[in-house]
Amino acid sequence: MKTLYWLVKREFWEHRGGFLRAPAITAAAFLTIAIMTIIGGEIMGHRFSAQFPLNDSNMGITTDGQMSAQDLQHAGTFLDAVICGSTATVLAIMAIVVFFYCLGSLYDDRKDRSILFWESLPISSWKTVVSKVFSATVVAPVIATIIGIVFGLLLLILGTLLCEIHGFSVWHVLGAAHPIHVTFDIIALIPLYALCALPTIGWLMLCSACARSMPILWALLVPLASNLIVWWLHIIGLAQLSPSWYFSHVTARLLFGLRPANWFEFSSDSLHPVTALDHLGLVDNYATLAAPDAWIGILAGVAMIAVAIWFRRWRHDN
Amino acid sequence: MNAVITASGLSKRYKNTVALDDVSFQIPAGRIVGLIGPNGAGKTTALKAILGLTDFQGRLDVLGMDPRSQRDKLMEQVCFIADVAVLPRWIRVSEAIDFVANIHPRFNRAKCEAFLARTKLTPGQRVRQMSKGMIVQLHLALVMAIDAKLLVLDEPTLGLDILYRKQFYQSLLEEYFDDNKTIIVTTHQVEEIENILTDLMFIRDGKIVLNTEMEALGDRFAEVMVSADKAATARQLNPLDERQVFGKSIFLFDGADQSRLAELGEIRRPSVSDLFVATMKGTYA
Repeated sequence: MKTLYWLVKREFWEHRGGFLRAPAITAAAFLTIAIMTIIGGEIMGHRFSAQFPLNDSNMGITTDGQMSAQDLQHAGTFLDAVICGSTATVLAIMAIVVFFYCLGSLYDDRKDRSILFWESLPISSWKTVVSKVFSATVVAPVIATIIGIVFGLLLLILGTLLCEIHGFSVWHVLGAAHPIHVTFDIIALIPLYALCALPTIGWLMLCSACARSMPILWALLVPLASNLIVWWLHIIGLAQLSPSWYFSHVTARLLFGLRPANWFEFSSDSLHPVTALDHLGLVDNYATLAAPDAWIGILAGVAMIAVAIWFRRWRHDN
Repeated sequence: MNAVITASGLSKRYKNTVALDDVSFQIPAGRIVGLIGPNGAGKTTALKAILGLTDFQGRLDVLGMDPRSQRDKLMEQVCFIADVAVLPRWIRVSEAIDFVANIHPRFNRAKCEAFLARTKLTPGQRVRQMSKGMIVQLHLALVMAIDAKLLVLDEPTLGLDILYRKQFYQSLLEEYFDDNKTIIVTTHQVEEIENILTDLMFIRDGKIVLNTEMEALGDRFAEVMVSADKAATARQLNPLDERQVFGKSIFLFDGADQSRLAELGEIRRPSVSDLFVATMKGTYA
């Protein structure tokens, strides 16, 4: 356990830039853009306020600050959606980071020969690989989620301040949002995300462990070329395999499994979301694991990680 | 029996080359063994087999373990410096110490820090900011603080200047080596380690062509400087090698009768590098 802890810590030291700085900079950049937009809008609005007087009723907020219960619920849903949206944005950036992290995870140290240093220590190959899987499935998403939620909350505060400047008191509307509930749900969904990302993580790490050069070429070429062959077989009528089925069930799962909310593809029609909170409903989301499809992907991911461990142990010829 | 390494019938074949060809040897504890051979002779393959980094045919026993199946346990007792450039470039001195201290059960942090205190390295410094010599200082500090039974050095001083090279071997001898430890070292800079070795192994084309203790080297091998008139007599004694210096011939003999050699001229113990060149004649031809 202690070895695993230090191995994960080691991954974080090495990839601090990707795991921590990239999401933080993304959030900071979006916040800056938001602030610039607001300031720009204020100045423009001020300049043209004579021609276009602001019509308050458009915003569904009466001047005396009274809202109907339904309006309040809508507003709350909107605010929750802001938190979800900003988290999703940061998670999307993280997905790109983790994609390249996985591709390099078992290749970079073979390339710069630092593997010889790691291999001079009493560490089993499986622990090394598992620590990297853990970093990709847990460490990176948790950091990105926290940054995303903070980013969403800052956006809400920014919006509220803007309204205050214009004389609308909307602090009580903030009370209609469910930041804690949303935060809890998003974090509770990370294990589901991790499970559904396993096919992609396994595939990328397998390529990383066995490629003698350019793992990215293997990672992209094999799924895309095989898809092309399936498509061609379909065209000439040799195989009944549908190319679009192959794309969504094989190619996409090997390459795009890191995207935020990656489990939606398994969700059935039983989901009837009304509010943003419904989207995050743990029971409904985790119910997607009832689909055998999801488990086939997870098992394939685990199998590919196992093969990657074998390669890690025995591939030392450089 | 206190053999640290026992190899019998050790073979390793790559697609179209034989890296190790039915090699057998034994290394007892408390020795410093020089494994010397031309490029591509199988040195690194032999070390990789010992470290459990490659599969092989035959039997190999390192500290009573099979390096293939018990590698994780074995590496608690075995240290390894491949060459100077293998420390990860992103790591900081403090991170490297923290990591090894928490991963390795036999690491002595105080010893490592004491060694580093005598260098210019600072805790916050990253490997990528260091010169080759500083990297090897850090690596040596980490390795010397580990109480291991076997230390494997594969070209440890490649690309270092002479100050760092001397310091490297001096530190090893003075602060690390003792009767319970065994060191195996491969290098091309034979002259520098000649004086610290206790045993010498020559490897050529995957075979051990010479395996001797340094003390026995002088009894077995002799170098005689012979004037031109006695050269023909000397040639009849089957010299290993002959070279010309200042109009005289220098003959290298393996196992010749010392009293007969004395009649030819002055006898010297050959240097390891002369012996090496003579033994490896025709390797690249």
